[in-house]
Amino acid sequence: MDFDRIQEKLNILADAAKYDVSCASSGSNRTNTNKGLGDASKMGICHSYTEDGRCVSLLKILLTNHCIFDCAYCVTRKSNDVKRAAFKIQEVVDLTINFYRRNYIEGLFLSSGIFKNADYTMERLIAVAKKLREEENFNGYIHLKSIPDASDELMYEAGLYADRLSVNIEVPTISGLKLLAPDKKHEDFTKPMLKVKNELLRFKNERKIIKSTPKYAPAGQSTQMIVGATGETDKDIMYSATYYYKKYHMKRVYYSGYVPVAEDSRLPSIGSQVPMLRENRLYQTDWLLRFYGFAVNEILNNDHPNLDIDVDPKLSWALRNMHHFPVDVNTADRRMLARIPGLGMRSVEKIVSARRFRKLNWDHLKKIGVALNRAKYFMVSDSRNWERRDLDAEKIKGMILQTSSGKFRNQYSNQLALFN
Amino acid sequence: MENTKTLIYDGSFNGFLTAVFIAFEEKINVSDIQRNSHGQNVLFSETETIFTDVHKAKRVWNGIRSKSHNAITNVYFAFLSEAEGIELILYTYIQKLMASKNGKQLDYSDGIVLRISQLARSVGREKHRMEAFVRFQLTKDEIYFANIEPDFDVLPLISKHFRNRYADQQWLIYDVKRKYGIHYDLEHVELVSLNLKEVHFNKVHKSDAFLSEEYDYQTLWNDYFKSTNIKSRINRKLHTQHVPKRYWKYLSEKKETA
Repeated sequence: MDFDRIQEKLNILADAAKYDVSCASSGSNRTNTNKGLGDASKMGICHSYTEDGRCVSLLKILLTNHCIFDCAYCVTRKSNDVKRAAFKIQEVVDLTINFYRRNYIEGLFLSSGIFKNADYTMERLIAVAKKLREEENFNGYIHLKSIPDASDELMYEAGLYADRLSVNIEVPTISGLKLLAPDKKHEDFTKPMLKVKNELLRFKNERKIIKSTPKYAPAGQSTQMIVGATGETDKDIMYSATYYYKKYHMKRVYYSGYVPVAEDSRLPSIGSQVPMLRENRLYQTDWLLRFYGFAVNEILNNDHPNLDIDVDPKLSWALRNMHHFPVDVNTADRRMLARIPGLGMRSVEKIVSARRFRKLNWDHLKKIGVALNRAKYFMVSDSRNWERRDLDAEKIKGMILQTSSGKFRNQYSNQLALFN
Repeated sequence: MENTKTLIYDGSFNGFLTAVFIAFEEKINVSDIQRNSHGQNVLFSETETIFTDVHKAKRVWNGIRSKSHNAITNVYFAFLSEAEGIELILYTYIQKLMASKNGKQLDYSDGIVLRISQLARSVGREKHRMEAFVRFQLTKDEIYFANIEPDFDVLPLISKHFRNRYADQQWLIYDVKRKYGIHYDLEHVELVSLNLKEVHFNKVHKSDAFLSEEYDYQTLWNDYFKSTNIKSRINRKLHTQHVPKRYWKYLSEKKETA
């Protein structure tokens, strides 16, 4: 192993790949075969966390950061003056295997800048995955990036070796895409997505008849959007996320607060703050849509095109819809319990299970782990004291904010700091 | 009260289950169940020493499992928490479970049930952490070796995970706190105890037990760990929340900070 060369390449190509936020290593069903190496079944594992608090579960690198495109938001765009490097296929394979054997990682996340053309790049990515599976008998997790505009045949082959495939849509609106990535068309992104979706459906059907149908991307596909680069509203972002979940059966849509990487008049300047709170609110909304039974137009619509910054989206929805509350925890159905601010799905399950035995009061709910400081305004239980005052939404919000603290609070507080 | 006894068992899970069996069979009014290493003097009740009987233990295990699969995991995980007085809490839990018509519905408003499920959850969390934070180092005799120091006795829980995953390499995970380890020899996983001269945590100094190639890969991993960090998003509080400091000394990527 030529240690110094590998070290330099790894530094360059890991640095360029870090803006891809997907870190999932779960959802696959690939088990260890023939006493080989690795097992990607069941849940994912985060092996470490970087100092920015993001999880490290996959070896996330680019095959190369040479690129023929010039997308304004991207650190490896061709007009950017950065050091370029490229891995050989065998080098990526060796790194993956040796990291995996030491229990550093769950597998490989391989992306690439586009050199020559889309198909040529995609072929190289597939070659790495194929080598890992067939020569090293590697059963760990592989996430391959689908290169925009790659051909259907290659997308089919990629799914045979990868657990997950993803194309990053990056800019949530078509107009934004035209502005920031003039060389790319919207269809280039959706073409591989559509192929993957159709293949997944085909696999599901054929599997019913022929048990030995080869696996196709068992962990599904995902995509990512940049937040805060082109002035889109939260409504734009969440509506297009919903579209991708529905239309292309995405397992996940990721939201990535834009980190300024270059001076460009079309984008926020270098040094401007990464919109982390906004990103957080978008993920909360995403969870409400996927697990709590909310519809996107309940949370975001023309009257409320943006999410509240000071309270979470569920609380914000509840404050706008006070006529649904208070809810009786001892009789309400799951769907309504899930809508009480301060109750997570775990608490909902525990409540439903526990209330078969006795009527629940505040003490029980507190022990179960409900965040009563928020929840108490929205529910009644088997206790004598409940919120009797006739409070309106504004008052409740004020009281909740007063009795709680938030990690981002100082960033948006209207109050001036006394000491600086 | 009649037949009030403190049961003393050998500290193993089977021993505990045997104690439960005997308590049920002889209708003992159990005042406590203690492990023999505990050595606490019992003033006001008789003691009975339990001899582990795998057959009896198995019957209790099957009995709990027939009530609920969830309960059997809860019992085993909570037992491994080694919490003070866990045996008596578990005994009460098992009594409640056996008395219930349908073990599947759990009454989370009951203090004991909630406590057991919380303990089981923290042991589960530690198990998951160990699956993540074990860092193998390749020794000169081609064994991937790791030291761990978990809060709870999770080695029995993680052995299947590592056997499934690293089926083609020899590995050894050694619990420094409880002084035993598990070794996989390409066929089976076995319990081992070692006389370790030194504990291999992160030292800048290189031990000659390991290949030099091992240190190259550690350097690459540490470099990767550094370059994948986004400086403008730094959030150290979240970082230590996910990777608590007590684990740092065995993580090679935290070498400089530990």
